Amino acid sequence: MKYIDEFRDGVVARQLAAAIAGEVRSDRRYHLMEFCGGHTHAISRYGIKDLLPVNVRMIHGPGCPVCVLPIGRIDNAIELAERPWTILATYADTMRVPASKGLSLQKAKARGADIRMVYSSADALRIARENPEREVVFFAIGFETTTPPTAVVIRQAAELGVANFSVFCNHVLTPAAIANILESPEVRELGTVPLDGFIGPAHVSTVIGSQPYEYFAEEYERPVVIAGFEPLDVMQAILMLVRQLNDGRAEVENEFTRAVTREGNIKAKALVAEVFELRRSFEWRGLGEVPYSALQIKEKYRAYDAETRFGIGYRSVADNKACECGAILRGVKQPTDCKVFGTVCTPENPIGSCMVSSEGACAAHYTYGRFKNVPIVKGSA
Amino acid sequence: MCLAIPAKIVALPEPDTALVDVDGVRKRVSLALVDGVGIGDYVIVHVGYALARLDPGEAERTLALFTEAGLAAASTRQNAP
Amino acid sequence: MSAVRADYVRPVDFKHGRVDMTHGSGGRATAQLVDELFLRAFDNEWLRAQNDSARIVMPAGRMVIATDSHVVSPLFFPGGDIGCLAVHGTVNDVAMSGARPLYLAATFVLEEGFPLADLKRIVSSMATASRLAGVPVVTGDTKVVEQGKGDGVFITTTGFGIVPDGVDIAGDRARPGDVIVVSGTLGDHGVAIMSLRENLTFETTIESDTVALHELVAAMIAEVPGIHCMRDPTRGGLATTLNEIARQSGCGMVIRERDVPVKAQVKAACEFLGLDPLYVANEGKLVAIVPSATASRVLAAMRAHPLGRDAAIIGDVVEDAHGFVQMETSFGGRRNVDWLTGEQLPRIC
Repeated sequence: MKYIDEFRDGVVARQLAAAIAGEVRSDRRYHLMEFCGGHTHAISRYGIKDLLPVNVRMIHGPGCPVCVLPIGRIDNAIELAERPWTILATYADTMRVPASKGLSLQKAKARGADIRMVYSSADALRIARENPEREVVFFAIGFETTTPPTAVVIRQAAELGVANFSVFCNHVLTPAAIANILESPEVRELGTVPLDGFIGPAHVSTVIGSQPYEYFAEEYERPVVIAGFEPLDVMQAILMLVRQLNDGRAEVENEFTRAVTREGNIKAKALVAEVFELRRSFEWRGLGEVPYSALQIKEKYRAYDAETRFGIGYRSVADNKACECGAILRGVKQPTDCKVFGTVCTPENPIGSCMVSSEGACAAHYTYGRFKNVPIVKGSA
Repeated sequence: MCLAIPAKIVALPEPDTALVDVDGVRKRVSLALVDGVGIGDYVIVHVGYALARLDPGEAERTLALFTEAGLAAASTRQNAP
Repeated sequence: MSAVRADYVRPVDFKHGRVDMTHGSGGRATAQLVDELFLRAFDNEWLRAQNDSARIVMPAGRMVIATDSHVVSPLFFPGGDIGCLAVHGTVNDVAMSGARPLYLAATFVLEEGFPLADLKRIVSSMATASRLAGVPVVTGDTKVVEQGKGDGVFITTTGFGIVPDGVDIAGDRARPGDVIVVSGTLGDHGVAIMSLRENLTFETTIESDTVALHELVAAMIAEVPGIHCMRDPTRGGLATTLNEIARQSGCGMVIRERDVPVKAQVKAACEFLGLDPLYVANEGKLVAIVPSATASRVLAAMRAHPLGRDAAIIGDVVEDAHGFVQMETSFGGRRNVDWLTGEQLPRIC
């Protein structure tokens, strides 16, 4: 596959690994946070950790929009789905996220709610047009990559007058999350989570551009390297971060030049600005309330806002006491630090959202990394 | 929300719609979020929408960077005492 | 006097007719449907006897029985349909024990309102598959459920076979040092099905690989009777099958990503949907675990057969108390290939 396979070449990977090993200084450690769920997945799936020197530590940040969705919002989605005559259209990723009362969207579906998995926001609008007697609610989640597609259908719904369509908006913002992590007490004061640099998200950056990260590099004096989605991109970005840290630089560099520019996608950004505005505050699972970190639908398009139309009230629900998702999302703990990891909490029976999404740190580690040093022993045939 | 794939535009069947191809698998995607892309261009596709045009020149440059890093590492090892 | 023919019976309307509750009542309508559709399509001495059971003669030897329900949706897909799938699936389950499949039984649960034209198409397809495989459908049953209580049609098939002497194939027989072989490209069936699912439409020329594998198995056993394990990786794909065998046998496995055969289009479709081909269903492939000394002979026997042209050695069985299935990635690292969790839903993330 063009522009995919070349960026997964194993031979080049080993060369890049050698380059990284050659440039890391033995007298320091490098703590790098990757923010994008796709990067978490790539690192686990390709075993990139195996190729890095021991003093380079990868920390998984809250880059998975499913993982940061609080229980209360899933409860709201279930509430919407269980309304009479309602169809809830959702991306597949949300189906198994655990909510209150032992429920999930998957279980609500089993109980009779009409919940339909869609690949695209366009499918949700189509379902609405094909079922004029039903209320169709689109469960919109995601960072800045997925927000423009939601904006498109809201505007289309308005243009076409699709009265039975609405959106339950849970879109969140990357820079706000990064700021929250950098502001968290652990990082700022206690220094327990040394964070030296960031691997910037791939596809979010195609939309927002590299410019928004300049503030972080300057204000917090930490380098940011925006990396493409493939494993070689990630490794090259790690190399670039190592170099910046060795040089004492804190700049925004772009490894994903084939798809990311400084300004990003102006057309998409304009459309988002037309349809959405900032929420004053939004609860993130694991991070608590984060100001100006999420979007709501503007007055002009409020007719298509499910929360307004159906009078949905948000109730915050605390995570299971044993669940360490919050700490893991902030990079304070590793999956294996969680008492219920792999035992009570597994991909089959997830307690927290880090285990549900394949991009969650716990699921990624459980699925790809548990084998840990099992030697290959060929017995006698 | 990052899963996206580079795909080649092979047809423009309707306004704001492209038929893209990856190794013989074809899908219709929306062009509502991009301007100025045409047949033969590669676009990054996410949840049924093209989000950005992939710049082939930059792709080549990036691949060259990887190789450069590899060569530099190799020569460092060779020159090590 | 009426000019109507005295013995005229209006034939079943297979063009425009639909299944209705009388077809399941056991009365005349049932008998007519069975006669004009099922008996006519499958036509053999047992069905012609028109009893509720079939009296068969089983050769001496160890008998194998396997059964499968088929609920696939959509009913018709590139490369096949629920009918031939039902035949191949059970023939294959019997064959995976090394047995020669001899007879099939088939039951149908029809939904009220299901078009008879579609039913006829499905039954014809089953009959063709059965004939080509040389395994007759000797007995069956039909029921009808009310509209809304069935997905058009559900088919259950049960198969019977005899295992030749000297053959002992079982899930717990894998041993460290054994070699893992697959008979061809993986993921074809699942991708063909998904290409039709609403909301996932993409165009591809990938067809389901559904086929009866018993003759390929016979060729393999003729060459190497001492094959340890064989299974067809259906739901859950290769990954699930390997994990099952690893657990049953109490050992681990290591496969090599670059050796696992996957068609380019299947890879691309999986990329689009965020799926891993290792977990995508197959309906015409098998995995065999064989003593290493016999591996090259088994592979040659497979490749000599039309259904095994793309056969490949993909890995080894190793000692591992955890029973992990690992994969050496094309990237050079290693990762787990774990059990499938829940349904494999296309990812967006």
